[in-house]
Amino acid sequence: MAEQSVKQQVKMLDIYIMGKRYQVPEGLTIQAALEYCGYNIIRGCGCRSGFCGACATIYNFTHDPTIRYALACQTVVEQNMVLTQIPFFPAAEALYNVADLQPKEKENKLLELYPDILTCFGCNNCTKTCPQDLKVLEYMAAAIRGDYEKVYEESFDCLLCGLCAARCPQGLQPYNIALAARRLRGTNLAPKSQHNLDRVKEIAKGKFDAELEKLKKMAVDELRKLYDGREIEPAL
Amino acid sequence: MPYPASMEESKRKVEETRKRRLEGGNFPRISGEEREVLVSKFHPDFVKETFRKLRIGPNKGGLAPVEITDLLEGNSRIDPDRIDLDKIDYDVDVLVIGCGGAGGSAALLAEENGSSVLISSKLRLGDANTIGAQAGTQACDRPNDSPAIHYLDTMGGGHYTNVPELVEALAKDSPDAIKWLEELGVNWDKEPDNSMHELSGGGASRRRLHSCKDYTGLEEMRVIRDEIRQRHMHGRKIDWLEFEPAIELLRDDKGQVAGAILMNLETKQMSIVRAGAVVMATGGMGRTHIQGFPTTNHYGATADGLVLAYRVGCPLVDIDTMQYHPTGAAFPPQILGFLVTEKVRTLGAELINRDGEQFVHPLEARDTEASAEIRECKERGKGVITPTGEVGVWLDSPMIDIKRGAGTIQREIPAMVRQFARFNIDIVTEPMLVYPTLHYQNGGIKINADAATPIPGLFAGGECEGGVHGRNRLIGNSTLDLFVFGRRAGRSAAKWAKEVKPGKLTLDHVRKWQSEIKDAGLEDMPVSPMILPNYARQERYVPGFQPLGQVSPYTPFGDRAVRWI
Repeated sequence: MAEQSVKQQVKMLDIYIMGKRYQVPEGLTIQAALEYCGYNIIRGCGCRSGFCGACATIYNFTHDPTIRYALACQTVVEQNMVLTQIPFFPAAEALYNVADLQPKEKENKLLELYPDILTCFGCNNCTKTCPQDLKVLEYMAAAIRGDYEKVYEESFDCLLCGLCAARCPQGLQPYNIALAARRLRGTNLAPKSQHNLDRVKEIAKGKFDAELEKLKKMAVDELRKLYDGREIEPAL
Repeated sequence: MPYPASMEESKRKVEETRKRRLEGGNFPRISGEEREVLVSKFHPDFVKETFRKLRIGPNKGGLAPVEITDLLEGNSRIDPDRIDLDKIDYDVDVLVIGCGGAGGSAALLAEENGSSVLISSKLRLGDANTIGAQAGTQACDRPNDSPAIHYLDTMGGGHYTNVPELVEALAKDSPDAIKWLEELGVNWDKEPDNSMHELSGGGASRRRLHSCKDYTGLEEMRVIRDEIRQRHMHGRKIDWLEFEPAIELLRDDKGQVAGAILMNLETKQMSIVRAGAVVMATGGMGRTHIQGFPTTNHYGATADGLVLAYRVGCPLVDIDTMQYHPTGAAFPPQILGFLVTEKVRTLGAELINRDGEQFVHPLEARDTEASAEIRECKERGKGVITPTGEVGVWLDSPMIDIKRGAGTIQREIPAMVRQFARFNIDIVTEPMLVYPTLHYQNGGIKINADAATPIPGLFAGGECEGGVHGRNRLIGNSTLDLFVFGRRAGRSAAKWAKEVKPGKLTLDHVRKWQSEIKDAGLEDMPVSPMILPNYARQERYVPGFQPLGQVSPYTPFGDRAVRWI
């Protein structure tokens, strides 16, 4: 019954899940369409909000062979869409200890970890593949140059869905290379914030213990008075 | 035109009042007294008929939302008499159940403290609410801030119901949590003078939110996950099982928690893990859709840890209070309930009703903001109705660029810009329509400052534990909780596992539980833990077929084709 009422209200679309045809109402995301068709998803579903990269999907159309890429939870189904999910793709990560990646002058740690990146011939499949619209090829070029800052900037929104690695003809794994670059930067290159380090030391020395003890023992009414009267720093 | 004509008129009113709002200055803050009245009248926690008293277990007589009560009173997934506990598949010092920010931190710390560690992850390693956390992590590390101020903000935000020792730990560990994450490779946003870039958050009296653009949780999680993998690759004793959640805890003949039974979701085979200590880090409950709310939570947020801990006799605290994030997307329907980060309000966006009027200061605590929106829509009738029948208020994002200069939105909240652009809404020039969405479990498993539960051998960290936030959590204290109590749980579990040896494994607690269920006449309760919601359309199954996941009673496919994302 429910199906009939849905059909009366909205247009139904033909979609092909791993080649098998189903009819789904217009307006669903690919993920919701799978569920509408009766799939109880185990792999290929995570945050359902476009943040985790679990639902990487490849699709084209029955009469248009061009392969396209998407996150299933963020993409609305279209007529004659032929789709499959790629919830996992093998990629062998390089071995490292992030604290040991402190680059000496002009040293390219990324090239040491991933020497294969030199085989990149710039086909740009990775950029075309990225469901986050990152300029993957650009950050790969930056990785080859040892420009960690550029890799960090350009790759920051990476969800590690793995589609770039799935489509790289040279078997490279851009997302893991970028991950190593970002960690290297965070640990070794980002400027240290002295106020944070100072506060850690102050706390370890017990600077705030007496004040906290006092607050912990305070009756709720007293605490409420303090809270309601507290000075609020203006927003930046 | 992305917004339908029916919503355009109201949208124009929002545009028309921008100049006046800008000149008029900020909407006044609410007083403590007004806040209590507003919240008790409109917050979903106060809708009495949606709660039920627990009939069995350590919290017997206490209230919980019916969706949670159903699970806590549920039947075990296993028959203890058909399981041979002598066939042990994994023998480790510490078993960590769940691998978001808390589980990951616990695993790293347990390993560093000399334990062999196994992680059970229901989905992939790192698939957790952590990844969706956008705005930031609180830490009181600026010169004008202190653990005492952080403590006061947190207690006040939680209506003074928080456990003081836990809040003290939260505030005192916070600067070190930030330092630890940076050492692992997290890239915090910084100012030109190298200090941390820190923003204000609702209910916080100092700028204390450390961010990694608006992918803070993602950055934290991908670094922690990678560190786990790297240590494993280096041959250190840390390993994980993906798509293999725990379905029951094991105890030993000394009464300690001593492992768990896991189920491979793909092959349906089970593994028996014996462990000296267990860390529960299963996160929240959004996928139970309390009171029919949509949720910001990830697919696996089904309160499994509460159920498992409850069944071994562990009390739960503040389990009758949930956080409804004030800004869940109410339009378009494809992203209903989707989290619009609080950072949008932090940066200067205002909440506006149908007539273009502001009705609440944008930086009140979350329960206050959510209650004000519900009042605006339900009592004052000033909400905007969408074509699919949802209601919401405007979140006027373009004010950010007006206040802070062009380009701010794109630079500070690129994820938000991208997500709405996917549905042809440009949040740089257009407001978003929002309504409260089920976001966070304020309470949970009872712990002390060492992250130890009252049950020997069982520890807990992150969203699944309770007491830290009282009855309302502040922005940025959730991801902080992960790294404070996740790390404490890992450290404590390692210490415990060093000192005790698990005895003979038993499932007697499950037998006892099943007989309690029988005595209370609750045999018809659902099987739990839920593991995953089942959003598949439940039609035309071959008769007799039992779908694996628990069928969500809140059917996503009604007259509207789909409701949940």
